[in-house]
Amino acid sequence: MRGMSESRSIGLVIKKLDEFSSNRLMKLFLYASSLIFFFALVLLPPLIGIIENISYINTIIYEQSLLSRANSAILQSFIMAFLVSILDLVAALPLAWFIARSKSKVAHLIDTLVDIPFLMPTAALGYSILLFWSDKYGLSSLLGVKSLIPPGFFLVLLLHFVFSYPVIVRVMVGELLNYREIYEVAARTLGARPWTAVRTVTLPLLKPGIITSFLLSLARSLSETGATVMVAGSWENGPVFLFNLIEMSEAEVPSILKNGMLVYVSSFLIASSIAVFFLISLLAPTIRLPIRRVFPSLEGKMSSLKAVKLRDSFSLLILFLIVIIPSIFIAFPMFESILGGALGSAFSPFGPWKDYWRGMLISYGVSLLATLLNMVFGLPMAVIIARRKLGRVSTILKAIINIPIIVPSIALGVSLRLFWGKYASIPDFWTLLSSHITITYTYFVASMAAAIESVPQELEDVASTLGARPFSVFCRIIFPLTRYSMFSGAILVFTRALAETGAAKAVAKSREFWTLPVLLVNWIKDENVPITQKALGAGIYMVSSFIFLLALRLFFMKRKE
Amino acid sequence: MPTIKLVNVTKKYGNITAIKNLSLTIEDGEYLCILGPTGSGKTTLLKLVAGIVKPDKGEIYIDDKLVNNMPAYERNVAYLPQYYALFPHLTVLENVAFGPLSKGLSVEEARRISMQMLEMTRLAWRANSFPHELSGGMQQRLALARALASGAKILLLDEPLGALDARLRVELRYKLRKLAKENNLTTIHVTHDQEEAMIVADRIVVLRNGEIQQVGSPLEVYNDPKNIFVAHFIGGANFFEGFVADVDRYGSWIQLRNNFLLRINDPNRSVGERVIVMVREEKSKILKAKKKREEINVFPGTIVNTSFLGDFISYTISLDNGDKANSKVPLAKAIGKFKVGERVYLYIEPEDVKVYPYPPHGLYKEIEVI
Repeated sequence: MRGMSESRSIGLVIKKLDEFSSNRLMKLFLYASSLIFFFALVLLPPLIGIIENISYINTIIYEQSLLSRANSAILQSFIMAFLVSILDLVAALPLAWFIARSKSKVAHLIDTLVDIPFLMPTAALGYSILLFWSDKYGLSSLLGVKSLIPPGFFLVLLLHFVFSYPVIVRVMVGELLNYREIYEVAARTLGARPWTAVRTVTLPLLKPGIITSFLLSLARSLSETGATVMVAGSWENGPVFLFNLIEMSEAEVPSILKNGMLVYVSSFLIASSIAVFFLISLLAPTIRLPIRRVFPSLEGKMSSLKAVKLRDSFSLLILFLIVIIPSIFIAFPMFESILGGALGSAFSPFGPWKDYWRGMLISYGVSLLATLLNMVFGLPMAVIIARRKLGRVSTILKAIINIPIIVPSIALGVSLRLFWGKYASIPDFWTLLSSHITITYTYFVASMAAAIESVPQELEDVASTLGARPFSVFCRIIFPLTRYSMFSGAILVFTRALAETGAAKAVAKSREFWTLPVLLVNWIKDENVPITQKALGAGIYMVSSFIFLLALRLFFMKRKE
Repeated sequence: MPTIKLVNVTKKYGNITAIKNLSLTIEDGEYLCILGPTGSGKTTLLKLVAGIVKPDKGEIYIDDKLVNNMPAYERNVAYLPQYYALFPHLTVLENVAFGPLSKGLSVEEARRISMQMLEMTRLAWRANSFPHELSGGMQQRLALARALASGAKILLLDEPLGALDARLRVELRYKLRKLAKENNLTTIHVTHDQEEAMIVADRIVVLRNGEIQQVGSPLEVYNDPKNIFVAHFIGGANFFEGFVADVDRYGSWIQLRNNFLLRINDPNRSVGERVIVMVREEKSKILKAKKKREEINVFPGTIVNTSFLGDFISYTISLDNGDKANSKVPLAKAIGKFKVGERVYLYIEPEDVKVYPYPPHGLYKEIEVI
């Protein structure tokens, strides 16, 4: 009886919502609140924060040494991002090919393994790579050298290569699976060798996917802060420079100069990143690949079974040696710490572990809240974009919602700190939450918009002519068909928020509001913190993140069934 | 049974005008076919009636009620898009029950009605299947069952047979009409297949570039096409260019290319008027050279091609004046009678000729369908 009355009351609520949804004013309110959320919380605060404080830049003009260090760091950001994206593309494309085209069971295994660096929190990933390549603990001890690749440019290159690699593989596998092989077959029946067919037909058709993956890799490299700080040593790019600047005391840099430098580097990074991305997005599609000339003999050799096996072996070697093994290397010191009995101290309510657990609570709390708010306010925005509810404005919105992922997160954090900082009554937690909302907003909206776009408009039209009101159409047609994308988008937002370091560091005014990644970066940079504590801290973070993601995935998969 | 009335309706998509100042009334229980080439505005017209798109100008009435601002879910119409838009995540039964449930019926009642509709469309045994598990014909029947279960009295069909193979298309078009008539539905059926329209429609509307070219019964539209486009779009036709050479009490003489003279039964022409004459292919008779008996409207030529059309054979004749004509001859009369390269005569009865003023942009522009 109770169940029946409950279901009846749910039915009444749904009926009420259904009636509301057909009310024009309610629809307007829903869309307006979503637009207000985007502009007032996501897009404008960081932009206004920077613009309002642009006059601070005057203070740095005479600080030539710091200024040239800042300029060099900005330049290094772009050099690193371009270099990593090109290398990643060259290395990841053959592996994506192997995964998409190979019929062997190994390909399925590789397909799963390739996601490991993507699923790992970047702070843990950074520490793992540092230990593997640089620390006496890792490969260096095996080879009997002090530090095989010391912290600096090359180690950052390796780190960025590793965390962008799965992104490119994932995008390109998707593109290859969607690609209709019939074009390639047609080229081959016309006499083209496999390699020639791929070069002259497949690759030009995959160009949009190649550009997307290049841009994603560029964005990640330009934005990543926490792990980069761990492995950068004395080398600096934009985010590392900002991180180091925030760390500097009043004695090292007076606050007025510090603010000026923060505004200068952040505004430069924000403006140049947006400019570079829009330029690439506009110009890259016009670049023609060199497809006119054909080299039958050379391309015939490159299409041979031997050449293909060599290419696949090389791709797998890169995957394991440079990506997978260094990423999971952290497991060794972590288990060593556990076996050494360090786990007990980790649960001590005193000392450094107290800060650790508080950081974890803040991280999970902020990430969950950011995910929920982005879902609630991002969903109507995804509908506005996917169903072009505002005509041309929807197209513009589709472009500008990408800005938060283009902009380096620490620069975004600095501008948010400047924006919210002027309101004394705004609690610090809000600034922290707002930075996480801003950084992750695009992930949910873009993935949901794409999912809704993939549902034919006709299904909605037919449902509507059959008498279903807008809320019913959403609940009974759109939601069941996009549910998995919605949950995937939410998981993506949560994962990204949990791993965010740069913005979290920029907005945290005191240690009380350090998120777990920020705390870990500080531990790892601190030579006085024992390696067992660092490894255990990073390990617990990694394991908790895995467990949480696994639980969410199982929950949603169960729901999907 | 509702009446649908469109008054001066215009619909634009950006700079493209899909429907131009269109007025049309569809009577209670009528089965109306909208016929037209791709991009003529057929689907837009259906969507306007369904309430999926709103007109920029003009009024739409259903049962004398202005429905311009009435949302689709309140119009009580059932819209079937070309590929049916069956909900892929719902079973056959759930698809059919979607409409009744959306209209507030209880689960039991929705189930009863849905099963009734599935029985009628002979799909009850597949109630628990998913749409992708059904054949093309079954999917079409499911879409119909879903539409009927919603209780709608207006059925809007967008190329309902377009996704089916030729055999099934022929079979189902009769059933479609029968079902609509039995359920007293006012039906608008969009198609680009003129044969299909001829068979199922009470009336046909020929649409081009968003404008109505002609409305009438299939016979009227076929036998008395109002303009060159309709004549060309519906049924096979031969067109000849010429001018009026003479007019007398009983008719006129049209001078075709190279002084070929064609007699027509229309005395209301002006001498010197530039015209296009049209003769249906089956009315363009082909005669053996030695059997020529008629004195007028007999034009010599050579057969240059033959095409087998099933019940007919079509002969292409290159006339001695440079024009070309097709003649459709019933198979029984044609077997072994004519061959390519044979000298023949094309004979046209004066009463079978339709005359149109020469179009300002020429014949080919006038009959263009893209």
